[in-house]
Amino acid sequence: MESRFTGRAHVYGDDIDTDRIIAGKYTKTLNLQDLADHVLEDLDIDFRSKLTKGDVLVAGTNFGCGSSREQAPLALKVAGVSAVVAKYFARIFFRNAINIGLPVLEVPDLEADSGDEVEIDLKAGVVKNLTKHTEYRASAMPQVMIDILDQGGLVAYLKKNGTYDASAL
Amino acid sequence: MAGMTVAEKILSRHAGRPVAADELTVIDVDAAMMSDTTAPLAIKAFREMGGTKPWNPERTFLVIDHASPAPNERIARLHDIMREFSRETGAVLYDVGEGICHQLMIEDDRVRPGEAFFGADSHTCTYGALGAFATGVGSTDLAAVMLTGKTWLKVPRTIRLEITGRIRPGVEAKDLALAMVGKLGFAGATYQAVEICGEALVPMSLDERMTIANLGIEMGAKAALVHPEGLELPYDFDASAISPDPDASYVRELTIDGAALRPQISKPPRPDATVDIDELIGTKVDVAFIGTCVNGRLRDLHAAARILEGKRVAPGVRLMVSAASQKVFLAAAKDGTLATLTAAGATFLPSGCGPCVGTHLGVPGDGEVVVSTANRNFRGRMGNPEALVYLASPSVVAAAAVAGEIVDPADLED
Ligand code: SF4
Repeated sequence: MESRFTGRAHVYGDDIDTDRIIAGKYTKTLNLQDLADHVLEDLDIDFRSKLTKGDVLVAGTNFGCGSSREQAPLALKVAGVSAVVAKYFARIFFRNAINIGLPVLEVPDLEADSGDEVEIDLKAGVVKNLTKHTEYRASAMPQVMIDILDQGGLVAYLKKNGTYDASAL
Repeated sequence: MAGMTVAEKILSRHAGRPVAADELTVIDVDAAMMSDTTAPLAIKAFREMGGTKPWNPERTFLVIDHASPAPNERIARLHDIMREFSRETGAVLYDVGEGICHQLMIEDDRVRPGEAFFGADSHTCTYGALGAFATGVGSTDLAAVMLTGKTWLKVPRTIRLEITGRIRPGVEAKDLALAMVGKLGFAGATYQAVEICGEALVPMSLDERMTIANLGIEMGAKAALVHPEGLELPYDFDASAISPDPDASYVRELTIDGAALRPQISKPPRPDATVDIDELIGTKVDVAFIGTCVNGRLRDLHAAARILEGKRVAPGVRLMVSAASQKVFLAAAKDGTLATLTAAGATFLPSGCGPCVGTHLGVPGDGEVVVSTANRNFRGRMGNPEALVYLASPSVVAAAAVAGEIVDPADLED
């Protein structure tokens, strides 16, 4: 996975639940493009048309609360979102995103407006708002999550390692 | 060493060494469960990981409940993937109509106190009702459990929530659960476990405790553990293994005055937008729904039947009822509850998630107001983003169905 990239920000608010990321009625499919077609539809019906591949989603607190559906981060990833930056995430969403290889960063004090150019450095854990010339540090992640993301997700991680190694936490 | 919380006790046993809050650890998992929303992706990920048979097929459960029976050919194919996986690997399948996953795991004795249970469904926290550390994960995490029999996690800090006093007649476990979510807030327990205890809980049945633990995830909790005082199970269990040490340390301690509690309602679109029923009296209602893993059990249907006995739902109101399992449905058929509710105008839906998650069946119209016994009222949750969903107890929902508007069930009785 590329560890440094830039993208245009799409900024939304607090408490965006997984039902609004992808409604329950669309989750019953293995065709991931179907998911992407309806991503964030109940939050912003125009999101799909505004999104360019590589854009970054910026949100407030508790992003991804609610259901455990992994279809939520999958829909974002397949639609072309390169990373989600939020003040903090709901627990299951955060884990799911890492497991499927969608970078997620917790930045408690990020300031950005929609359209700002942001740069993300996963290895350094740094988010820069290039438009506003500001720089932020993301909260540290456990090593196991860094390893999983580094290998492109949990499927690849377990294919390589076979199981979880307590000493790699 | 300081005393342990319930989460620390259970996770220490599964880590094979003492672990405390904030520690990262790998644990052995006792059981894994997935639904038709999450199983197809989990099976795909499991195969991609190189898996052929789950680590323990007898402790791997597949439940077809979210869109059940299949509403279209696309979903029928997903159900078939689950049936085929069960045939091939020996994993246990619950097919169409048997009931909602969480109800089945407890009703069918698939989970016991002190176990570490992982489910690919966020309301897996329900099993905290009997003192299991049970938590929801996504499909790929569940696939990893099937592959390895293990998972990694951070031992959560714990919030202690005490509900003092006995609740008054007319107030139900659901009111307590909604009050709890209102008090702690939507993200109030994110990354943390919640221990729920107090005098109000002691007389409660396992069914009622399930209603309470179920809403743990509506506060973001990793696990919701109800203390075992008063818990009755049909087998012996070690209560000390699911009780905290007296000197356990908590990040927060909160109390709710159970004796003062009025029936509660959560307003759309947030489960934590909880108010006393009094604020909403007179709100016009189009749809009333009784069911789900929160309130689809026999005592919930009984509560509704007490109110609907000999009455008819108000003109223009649709009342839908779904028993949480076939066993619940059968019991309600045998004791006459089904007849009472049907005579009052209720439409029975198959045992399963039904309208709860908007996948099929009972989708409300634009601008319609729904009162539901479910746990979530997010925008679009029931399949239409233009509908408004209020969450309440079975008695409040039944009373609204009769009156055509939100009323205090106590006012209907005289
Ligand atoms: S009844 Fe609703 S909340 Fe419960 S498992 Fe089904 S969809 Fe989820």
